[in-house]
Amino acid sequence: MASQGNQQQLPSGILWLRENLFPNWWNALLTVVVVWLLVELVWRLADWVILDAVWGAVDPEGLVPYDEQWRLLLSAAVVVGLVIVTMVRLARGSALAAVWAVGAVFIAVIMWDMVASIETNASPEACRAPEAGACWAVIGDKYRFILFGRYPFDEQWRPLLAMVIFIGLIVFSCLKLAWKPWLALVWAGGLVVCAGLMYGGFWGMRFVNTELWGGLPLTLILSVVSCVLAFPLAIALALGRRSDMPIVRAICVGFIELIRGVPLITVLFMASVMLPLFLPSGVTIDKVLRALVGITLFAAAYLAEVVRGGLQAMPRGQYEAADALGLTYWQKMATVILPQALRSVIPPLVNSFISTFKDTSLVVIISLTDLLLAAKVSTADPLWRPYFVEIYVFVAVIYFIFCFSMSRYSQWLERDLARGQRRDARQKVAVMARSGPEGGGA
Amino acid sequence: MKHSKLIAAALAAVGAMSGSTAFAGADLDAIKARGNLICGVNTGLAGFSIPDSQGEWTGLDVDVCRAVAAAIFGDANAVSFVPLSAQQRFTALQSGEVDILSRNTTWTLTRDVSLGIVFTGVTYYDGQGFMVPAELGVSSARELDGATVCVQSGTTTELNLADWFRGQGMTFEPVVIESFDESKTAFFNGRCDVYTTDASGLASIRAIDAPNPDDYVILPELISKEPLGPAVRQGDPQFFNIVKWVVFALIEAEEYGVTSQNVDEMKGSDNPNIQRLLGTAPGMGELLGLPDDWAARAIAAVGNYGEIFDRNVGPGTPLNLQRGLNALWKDGGIMYAPPIR
Repeated sequence: MASQGNQQQLPSGILWLRENLFPNWWNALLTVVVVWLLVELVWRLADWVILDAVWGAVDPEGLVPYDEQWRLLLSAAVVVGLVIVTMVRLARGSALAAVWAVGAVFIAVIMWDMVASIETNASPEACRAPEAGACWAVIGDKYRFILFGRYPFDEQWRPLLAMVIFIGLIVFSCLKLAWKPWLALVWAGGLVVCAGLMYGGFWGMRFVNTELWGGLPLTLILSVVSCVLAFPLAIALALGRRSDMPIVRAICVGFIELIRGVPLITVLFMASVMLPLFLPSGVTIDKVLRALVGITLFAAAYLAEVVRGGLQAMPRGQYEAADALGLTYWQKMATVILPQALRSVIPPLVNSFISTFKDTSLVVIISLTDLLLAAKVSTADPLWRPYFVEIYVFVAVIYFIFCFSMSRYSQWLERDLARGQRRDARQKVAVMARSGPEGGGA
Repeated sequence: MKHSKLIAAALAAVGAMSGSTAFAGADLDAIKARGNLICGVNTGLAGFSIPDSQGEWTGLDVDVCRAVAAAIFGDANAVSFVPLSAQQRFTALQSGEVDILSRNTTWTLTRDVSLGIVFTGVTYYDGQGFMVPAELGVSSARELDGATVCVQSGTTTELNLADWFRGQGMTFEPVVIESFDESKTAFFNGRCDVYTTDASGLASIRAIDAPNPDDYVILPELISKEPLGPAVRQGDPQFFNIVKWVVFALIEAEEYGVTSQNVDEMKGSDNPNIQRLLGTAPGMGELLGLPDDWAARAIAAVGNYGEIFDRNVGPGTPLNLQRGLNALWKDGGIMYAPPIR
């Protein structure tokens, strides 16, 4: 009786723990061992990433001072506590958010002194200490090169601003209120401003040719512009492949199969190595443009097949219903088929976008200094060469942030569109019921 | 190639219409009309061509291009650098994307006669060597029978290695790794007994990447000749001569003790060799189609060959390379410039 009473008073989280992690002795043992391994792993990682890391300050130990490490430990403990609170559901909803907010403020307060005292201009010697962990000082020295490549050093506010505008455009386009025809104009304007910033040559801004573009802006330009251009092309190709007109179909099938039949690296190689041989001596086409066209064609072929999958998944009834309404081909596609078909292929579409984003790193082989090549060149600097892992981690984090945001956004989009569909259906039924059969043709 | 010429001819009209830069005639005219030299370099090779943290190019190959630009324009900054991958480099030169290829490229017969390009000289004598852990107690490459060898894939290094071991009648086990970072990590973690690459690379890897440089030794044998130097397109002998003689002038300047510091004083020298080099005694520049102080401008901009070597790869730098073969012929090396007269 008493134990039952106790159990009912226990929070659900502890119940969950007892049922799932400690139901009997061997599972309890396994839990303990696994937790111990995890703690050990996390501790070693934290040791390398934070505790022993050389952040920049060249103090006698070359590391985060020992009398400051309690701040890190306490912060880590708070984070672990917060995670546990969340996992075992001691608090939910707004209470949980409040707990996290308090925790964040607490960490910010105890970390502030230490972070503020960190200098970012360390010499590589500090990292050579035998007990040193990660050498983040290399990022302090190299981040501008990694982010902006060989863009003139004192003009790097321009790619930074262009990048902010670019990311702003992307985020804005993700909002539903922006899904209007004028979005195309916003993009056109935004791209002109970005191109103006990157090229310069007016208002006292020095002209900077594309061969000096590099780093994250170049990666973003290559991936986003090629996706934006490839998407309409892909829809056209997908429709063409399902067209009744034999020549159109043959062209589309030929294009898609040709491009899908070769790796992207080959397309880029053709564009950068073979193409110049076919051009008269001295005539050069911009290297960035060549890569952009290559990636766009490649992405278009893959996206086209994704879109075609969506088209084929549509029930025949939809096509026939649209035909029965007397819609023309383009009306049928634009208002009935494509909206539904595209919605059903959001996951593979985003998959393609993510892989295009990462594929842009292949421009390494045609020596465009994108984010990855800039990182690679940074690792070749003899002063910092032993610390290539830190540079690659930095770049991996940047790639992860972009790819993960895309994937989260697509999940939200899917749910949101599905909700819209349900509501539309319900409303339609209600309208039909109210207006009766004669109102159906409106 | 014949077909590409035909297509090129057909596309010439397109090129003219598109308004891209078309050559006014010979390469030198185009360079002069453009106002700067376009130089193909490595995307990032420490000491030879690599952008620093500010994105400024540094390195021995880079300085050679700066010297040529200074000789032509009197301005060492009248040069734009185009980073090229190993696969792209010859096409970029053939197609006119770059005027001069200064990208640690080995001078071989095949490349010199069959690619439509021509090498102008040697700016660095390299050769493939071996590095082993000191604890193995190996003192000669001939004792390496049966060793496991870490080597980067897709390079001539891999082929030289196989050739040499076969020639010696010895066996080896290659551990072929694609990336430079991984290959050296594998070696220092003991996955193989021997690491092989060009001697300049070995010295810098030992100095920079080894946990403790004294634990590793570089064996004395070099198993290949790798003379590295700039190349230009065939078809403009004047530009070819300029690049060739700028390199010789840098070597000659070291021989006569002319440096970037004292080049102006040296113009007053009584030594006829120095007078001809620096243009005090006129005539040399005219033959090249340049002002008489062409070499003086190049030396003032980047220094003589010794200065270039010391600044980029020499003992004062992290790479810490010795002059070795690259010392002047007077000092036991093989750097030798024909006389400027």
